[in-house]
Amino acid sequence: MVVQVPITRTVDARGSYCPGPLMELIRAIREGAVGDVIAVLSTDAGSRSDIPKWVEKAGHRLVGVETRDGYDEIVIEKKR
Amino acid sequence: MERILVLGGGVGGTLAANLLARKLKRRIDAGDVALTLVDEGGEHVYQPGFMYIAMGGERAEKLHRPERSLLDRRIQLVIARATRIDPETRHVELESGDPLAYDYLVISTGSRIVPEEIPHFAEEAHHFYGADAAERLRAALDAFDGGRIVVGIAGMPYKCPPAPLEVTFLVESELRGRGLRDRSEIHYCSPIGRAFTIESVSDMATPILEEKGIELHTFFNVETIDPERQVVESLEGEELSYDLLILVPPHRGAQLVIDSGLAPPAGWLPTDHHTLEVKGQERMFAIGDATDLPLSKAGSTAHFEAPIVVERIVAAIEGREPDTVAGSYTGKVMCFFEVGDGKGTLLQFDYDHPPKPPKPNRLWHLGKVVFNKTYWHTVPKGRV
Repeated sequence: MVVQVPITRTVDARGSYCPGPLMELIRAIREGAVGDVIAVLSTDAGSRSDIPKWVEKAGHRLVGVETRDGYDEIVIEKKR
Repeated sequence: MERILVLGGGVGGTLAANLLARKLKRRIDAGDVALTLVDEGGEHVYQPGFMYIAMGGERAEKLHRPERSLLDRRIQLVIARATRIDPETRHVELESGDPLAYDYLVISTGSRIVPEEIPHFAEEAHHFYGADAAERLRAALDAFDGGRIVVGIAGMPYKCPPAPLEVTFLVESELRGRGLRDRSEIHYCSPIGRAFTIESVSDMATPILEEKGIELHTFFNVETIDPERQVVESLEGEELSYDLLILVPPHRGAQLVIDSGLAPPAGWLPTDHHTLEVKGQERMFAIGDATDLPLSKAGSTAHFEAPIVVERIVAAIEGREPDTVAGSYTGKVMCFFEVGDGKGTLLQFDYDHPPKPPKPNRLWHLGKVVFNKTYWHTVPKGRV
């Protein structure tokens, strides 16, 4: 288990295609508070690279990317 | 009697109703089937033409016709605003309070723009998602004599995904033609990590942006507009100043489906990818912009979805299984893509096959022009 921090909110974007998971994460970031830890569940292969790149550009923290059973879990901390 | 109700007289609703009328004409004439289309304004609007009011000399009066003139005489047209869908009793309530009962419901209520979700959008930003707005953009372009133009997207999904890129290319061509290009900067802001959602289209468009000297800003999700400083700010913390700002406004699905508890707040109906049934509902289908399918919100999508829903409803009425091919949507979409300088390309794709756009040429640009001109005689009537 990469993620040791408590998850504030889980965004289940499984079955959604690019850019769905990123857009759902963006919605969660907009709605959340600084310090929130958001887990995005995605079956879209592009999310593994797209979401970390967006997180870096947007100034948040990538907590971890974990491959689960048929999907990826990408965990982000809202930093600003 | 079986009652079929179609909500919305856009591309999908009009085509679905006309195809249903054609396939069920004997049953309708015999009084066994009643086919009704409800449309709020009673005018069919060819929305892809809006962009050409701003960019191509199109006139607003050419872009709408009475819905009645496009419908088979067997279709009853009700011009009214639907306010609620009750799937339990299979009724749609109209603003007048009158209920309309249905046995099969086709929801083709499209999408709507909500620029008011971004403060200062109305005063500061131009767009081309309506005839009036496109006319204002045209006037702003006419008055423009050099400076910074920023084109961006203030929310996804939105209608006609290629449109902001097309406008960017067309504006660039125009400025060159008017001798203003060397006094102007053009910035294109994409909400994701590349120029366009579909990778192959992005790969086609990115070198054209470079060649035309248009600066691409990725991961730029428009958050706020500062009218004092004439700056647009992204959620990611980037700022861009502008002299002319062109933004795709945020979009939502119809208030009707939100109010009826059928769709989440964004308004997109949860829709089966292949049967186009609204998930969790019976005898209820969604087509066009109204769905939550991972496809372009475009007339073309509705155009290819309508026959699928028609086959499923006709099969149910005829007491047979729907045809496995004609009754299952593959995600087919086809649209033209302008790249400026009188050239265009074609995007054709489905759920499993991304587009392979051909090298832009004059033919595809002319294809789009011809399609736009002949639309009234072809698509709504099911002739293509």
